[in-house]
Parts: sequence; structure tokens; C-alpha cells
Amino acid sequence: MEQMRRPRLGEFVIESLVKVAGLSSIGFVVLIFFFLLREGVPVFFEVELTNLFSTRWYPTFGLFGTLPLILGSALVTLSAIAIALPLGVVTAVFVREVAPHWAREILKPMIEVLAGIPSVVLGFFGMTLLAPVVRRMLGMPTGLTALTGALILAYMSLPTIISVAEDALDAVPKSYRDAGLALGATQWQTIWRVVVPAARSGIVTAVMLGMGRAIGETMAVMMVTGNAARMPLTLDSLFRPVRTMTATIAAEMGEVAEGSVHYHALFGIGIILFVITFILNLTAAATIFKKRRRGGLR
Amino acid sequence: MSDQGRPPKIRIENVSYSYDGKLALRNVTLDIPARAITVLFGPAGGGKTTLLRLINRLNDLIEGTQMSGRVLLDGEDIYAPGTDLVELRRRVGMVFALPLPLPGTVRENVLYGPKLAGVRDRTRLDEILYRSLQQAALWDEVKDRLDDPASTLSGGQQQRLCIARSLALEPEVLLLDEPTSGLDPISTGKVEESLFNLKRNYTIVIVPHSIQQAARVADVAAFMLMGELVECGPGSALFVRPRDRRTEDYITGRFG
Repeated sequence: MEQMRRPRLGEFVIESLVKVAGLSSIGFVVLIFFFLLREGVPVFFEVELTNLFSTRWYPTFGLFGTLPLILGSALVTLSAIAIALPLGVVTAVFVREVAPHWAREILKPMIEVLAGIPSVVLGFFGMTLLAPVVRRMLGMPTGLTALTGALILAYMSLPTIISVAEDALDAVPKSYRDAGLALGATQWQTIWRVVVPAARSGIVTAVMLGMGRAIGETMAVMMVTGNAARMPLTLDSLFRPVRTMTATIAAEMGEVAEGSVHYHALFGIGIILFVITFILNLTAAATIFKKRRRGGLR
Repeated sequence: MSDQGRPPKIRIENVSYSYDGKLALRNVTLDIPARAITVLFGPAGGGKTTLLRLINRLNDLIEGTQMSGRVLLDGEDIYAPGTDLVELRRRVGMVFALPLPLPGTVRENVLYGPKLAGVRDRTRLDEILYRSLQQAALWDEVKDRLDDPASTLSGGQQQRLCIARSLALEPEVLLLDEPTSGLDPISTGKVEESLFNLKRNYTIVIVPHSIQQAARVADVAAFMLMGELVECGPGSALFVRPRDRRTEDYITGRFG
């Protein structure tokens, strides 16, 4: 009896290691969050709110308007998703449902390799190849525009979206396809009205993951969007330079004095970015949960 | 058995079928009468489901299969080139072993097929909804829950919903693959009851989930063993006086 109750030493060590590893990863996240708050919150007291949410970002003159940066990020990210979502889902449907078996075996790994391309390489690619094309096509003085950024970001998030959406489609049981066909649906009707809706929550996850990659991306965006902190309010903003939140932090962090107002402001942007991403993820999770209860499947 | 003597609704003629070179059906010939329940029974792996899925060409999408012989529906070869598959599957409905409500409400599930077929008229759709659920003996239980998610119904209700979904297309033939395998005895009874009502208007082919069920519902029974059709005859006779030794052994439980 005594033998059985006393845990063996090996068990104890391994269990402790697993516990420490698990707890420390939670701990690090919490620490990062507190660091972000400690460095960023002061800006909300040092700078007036009207200044902070004004339309001009000129830290040298004490102007800390974050609106152009927030809108810049929103414009680039939303445009990227608008391009990547239909393309990604359709590609996933093609790979999983339409392409012959041998083609699928080749396409899948190729798409996954795309996800591994370093973002700086994509940025370089965008700067030297895509930007001149955009400039010529639009007849603008520069090819470094929000559109260029959106295209690069769309390209970056495509592998994630395709790959995850394809897995979601793959997880739909064959019996759903049978049921659709047996109801006299054509192959396309079965795909669009039975298989895709059944994989809905997986596809939403795919898009959220892709969007997460897009909104947090810094390097490629900084290289191709031109980085002018202007309000993207006019209709042609998509075809003009913009600056995103991430690019601002990355570009200016190297040259600010630690503890200055500007320094705190950059962390403040970090907090805003964090809050936006958090709300996005929460909304997505809530949507999936509600859909699932409403009779969606997974 | 009022239709005896008339030409069969479905005629299966010398059909052999293989998956990746493995023979699943061996020269099967079988007549399926109209407006009656035909039962395909026998031990697992006998080719019952394969035969069923050949009648609405649901096996077409499986790669590496081979088929010879003919399947005639009202005298016409459904494997002839140029056959409209969508049309065929509207005439030949199918219900699967596991109740499989599609995403959406009870109403959406029943009206799936008609909407795909292009029916838009509201009153017409309501009629179809009522008639299909009535025929599947489900109307009374779900008439106040038509806009609830189909996944909230019980297992037995879901299976009858799947039957209603097939009936909404007004098929001529209804194929059922072990439709009660996942159900309790009471739900099973209700499904069987709806089958008895349905056979007045439909040709029904069913793979039952037990010999008892086979004996209860069969007008015509066909015993299948290892891809072969061993024996076929009126249910009333076959279960009492089987002609083939193997059928007798299976029915009396000596193997299987």
C-alpha cells in the first residue's frame, strides 16, 4: 500500500518540469503584458487625449496623433483580407475538392513552403518588383502605397488561410458529400452549400489566423507602404503611401530616448494594437461559439 | 405485393463490381418491384451497401472501381452515357446509416433538395415541408420547432428528418442503408411505421440492421453473402422456408 502511494522520484521530477514549463510560459505572457502597460500607460497622462487621438503624428513637435496610424493599419489589413479571403478559400476548395489526387499531393506541400518565406524577403520582393509595377499601372509618383502593402500582406497570409481552410474541408466527413449528392445537388452545389458551410468554423479560424499575421506584420509593410503618416480618408488613399502602427514602432524605437514621452507613446501604440487584436480574436471566438450552438457542426 | 407480374421498377442485371481489384459484387441479378419494400440482408461485407449505392450512382466518385452489367430504372440503363446524374438522384433518394442533419434548421434541412431544384414559391415550399414531415411521421413532434437547429433533435427524430429530406424531392425510389442502426427500439418502431405508410407510393430498398427487422418489413427479401446473391423471394416465404442451405444457416443463427 505504502509503495503505491509514494510517487517515484522520476515521476516527480518530470511532473515538476512540465509544471514549471507550463506555468512559466503563462508567466512570461503576463510579464510582457505588464511591461507593455508600464511603459505605455504613462503616455495617456503625459499627453492630452485630444492630442493622442488627433490626426497628426509629429513626435518632434510634440504631436502624437495616432489616428493616421490606426487607420493606416486598418486600411492595409482590411484590403489585404479582402484580397486574400476569397482567393484563399477558393484555392482551398480547389485543392481539396476539385484537383485530382496527384495534383493535391504536389500543391499542399508547395503552399506550406510559401508560409516559410521570411517576411523581409517578401518586403524586398515587393519593393523591387511589385512597387514599380504598381507605380506604372496607377501612374503615381511612387509605387510604395497602401495597395502595395495590402498585396504583399495578402500574399503572406494566403498560405495560412489556404492551409488551415483545406484542413477544415478535409475534416468534413465523406458522408456529408454523399448526403449532398444524394439530394440531387451537383458537385458544385454540394461543395458550396454542404461542405463549405460544414467547415465554416474552420474557415473562420483560417481567416482569423491570416488576419492576425497581416495586422501584426511589420517588416514587409514598412518596406513597401511608403511610411507617410497621413490620414487615409480620401477615396484614393489606397493608392497613396500610408504608415501602420507596427511600422511606426519599428522605425522610431531605435532613435528615441528611453523614458521620454515619445518612447512612452510608441508603447502606447503597442497597447492600442494589443487591444484591437484582442477584440478581434474575442469576436471571432464568440462568433464560432454562437454558430456552433446554432447548429453548425464543428 | 399488388404489383406482382408488372415489370420491375429496378432491374439489376449481371452486375459485378470491384474496388481496387477486390470483387465486391459477383454477377448479381435482381428485380426490385415497385411500391413494395425490398430487403437486402446478410452478413457484413456481403455487398449490400455497394449494391444500394449503385442504384443512385453514388459510387461514381470513388476512384479505382470497376463495374460490369446493367442497372435499369423503369427499363432504362442508368449507366448509359448521357444519363443526368442530378435528375437520377432526385428520382432515387437515399438515407444513410447515421442520421446526418445538414447545418441549419429543421425547415432548411427538409427544403434543401427542393431549393436546389429551384422551387422558390413560398406556399409550395410550405406544402412540401408539411407533406414530407407527415410522411416521415415526424410532423407532430417538430411542428413547433421548425426553426430550431436540426442538431437539437433526438437521434430518432434526426433520422426521420433525413427521411423527410429525401421525400421532399418526391423521389420514386427510396434507398435506406441501415436507417435504424443508431436508434433505440421506440424510434426504430416509428421509422418502420413510416416505411409501411410510404410503400403505398414509393419503391423502397432497405438494408436492415438485423434479421428481425428484415423479417418485419420485407415484401421481397434478398440474401447476400460475400458479393453473391444467394437467394431472393417473397419475405413471407423466405424467412419461413429458405431454399438455400446458407440462407437457412444465417437466419437460424448458425453463422454470421
